[in-house]
Amino acid sequence: MTAATTPAGTTTASAPAVAGGRRSWIKNPWRRPVFLEGFTWLYLLWSLVPIILAVLFSFNNGKSQAVWQGFSLRWYFSDPVNSVAHSTVLQLAVLQTLKLSALTTLIAIPLGVTFALGIHRWRSVTSVSFNFVMLLSFVIPELIFGVAMFFVFTSLFSGVGLGTLAETLALVTWNVSWPAVIVQARLATIGNSYSEAAADLGCNPFQTMYRVMIPLLSPAIFASAVLVFSTVIDDFVIVDLLSNSAANTPMSVYIYSQQHGGNGGPALNALGTIMLAMSFIIATLGYIGYRLMTRGERGTSIDALTTIAGG
Amino acid sequence: MAATAAPVRSKTSATNTTKRKQHNRFFFMLLAAPGIIWLALLFLVPFYDVIAIAAGRLNFLTESPVAVYNPLNWSHANLVDTWRDIFGATSFELPILWRTVWYTAVASALCLLIGYPAAYFVAKFAGRRKALFLVLLIAPFWISYMMRMLAWIDLLQTNGYLNKVLGYIGLPSSTDWLGGKWYTVVLGLVYGYIPYLILVLYAGLDRIDGSLLEAGRDLGLGRAATFVKITLPLSRQPILTGMLITVLPMLGDYFTNQLLSGTPGTAMIGNVIDNQLGTNGFQGQGAVLSLLVLAALVIPMIYYVRATARSAREAS
Repeated sequence: MTAATTPAGTTTASAPAVAGGRRSWIKNPWRRPVFLEGFTWLYLLWSLVPIILAVLFSFNNGKSQAVWQGFSLRWYFSDPVNSVAHSTVLQLAVLQTLKLSALTTLIAIPLGVTFALGIHRWRSVTSVSFNFVMLLSFVIPELIFGVAMFFVFTSLFSGVGLGTLAETLALVTWNVSWPAVIVQARLATIGNSYSEAAADLGCNPFQTMYRVMIPLLSPAIFASAVLVFSTVIDDFVIVDLLSNSAANTPMSVYIYSQQHGGNGGPALNALGTIMLAMSFIIATLGYIGYRLMTRGERGTSIDALTTIAGG
Repeated sequence: MAATAAPVRSKTSATNTTKRKQHNRFFFMLLAAPGIIWLALLFLVPFYDVIAIAAGRLNFLTESPVAVYNPLNWSHANLVDTWRDIFGATSFELPILWRTVWYTAVASALCLLIGYPAAYFVAKFAGRRKALFLVLLIAPFWISYMMRMLAWIDLLQTNGYLNKVLGYIGLPSSTDWLGGKWYTVVLGLVYGYIPYLILVLYAGLDRIDGSLLEAGRDLGLGRAATFVKITLPLSRQPILTGMLITVLPMLGDYFTNQLLSGTPGTAMIGNVIDNQLGTNGFQGQGAVLSLLVLAALVIPMIYYVRATARSAREAS
């Protein structure tokens, strides 16, 4: 990865293209790819400017999401009824999102990490099949998975019912593949030599796990925790199908139902901005934490960025 | 996924090792057990439950579905109803199915046309500014889907900024973009799912050895020829997996449609399933429809799983 990042285009660009006019500049295969770069900037503008505007509209001093009426914090604090600071429904939504993210991460990470550690060394028909099931849960369309969860919690496991418990169980199942896949990839790079050395030096399997493997895997575990937490903040379909009251409706579902029901307004933009801020705080902490944990390794900042994004 | 080779070790402590391996095997089984039980109970059982509901009966008093778990007692009533809705005289689902395929095809093709050049530039030509470009490229990945849809709802309102800009340059400026336009929905899908495609494409293109491209140009290929003869064949795999990662969720999307159009004229198959799930008496048909969608997607899903497993093995 590191070797391939030498900028082939930029450093050698100016050397051979001395003589000739515009025509040969276009034909020179070593020139800077200006059109490609321009296109990339256009793409980035298209992808980011609408979001910046949506954040701005959360500070709008009016009820419109389309016309700017001056700056205010009314949708965050000032409005005595409809601001995030004063509306119980909005606060419930923020709290529910945080609660689901924390619960899901706390359950899914140990579950996925132990699964990966076990599967890595225990080869059998069962382990290989369930590893395949784990990967399937990674790619199945979320709506189909959500439908299955909706039915199972309203019929076979009707004791669970809809609400926070159902949401948590479903989100754990949906996200457990992050730690399972990331930790397995890391285990494949580490190889078996460390755990075999530990065993040769007299560690029992438990000590090997606890003293050698878990520390070696900690960057991967940390990265997957960051991913699970932020994925749950942004999750919509599963919680939309499994929530049934204001008390268990997280931010994404609240935004959707209000906007779709014709009750849009800058308060929704404020809620979206809070979600965005949460995700970026998690991403930044995740990036810094990952860099600190992999300090002694050869990885670059770019490796850390792609790992934190699940790439 | 194939049978794994036994680890090669020296034979000096063979008996000791075998004993330890037996002991270890049990330990690793125990480690994997919670995850396996969880997946069995909360992934496999729920899908059997969907089958049991799809092949189940209807409680005519409460209009709620009754799951039938014994395959010998399965009924095909829901299947017949669904078949009638798709192909029968009262068919209303067939046009929706075609629309879903059509929207998904156009949206994912646009994702590729827009996403590939951007990912290619950042992976191969961004130079020292690579980290900056990468941060900007993955930023949308961290922004909630709802917030990104909200952004376009703001811009596309009749008195919104898009119409203002159009009016400013003298074009018609009173289009009701959110009033059931197919292109609004398709662009919403593109905007929503392109970050996932770009991430996959970036990772794949970044792995291509830069010296191959330099060699191509050294040997007299132009930019376009280098791209067609070297880069494109090498990026076939990331293109395929990237397309799948956008197509699979698009086929189950119902919210983009609801937010950016909200009219039946742009409904997709996800909307039908979502509606049936929320309507008493139709939940069994919703289960049938979900299973049909799943059946159509099983082969691409397995392909995706195998392809990613293979590239993970190659990378390590």
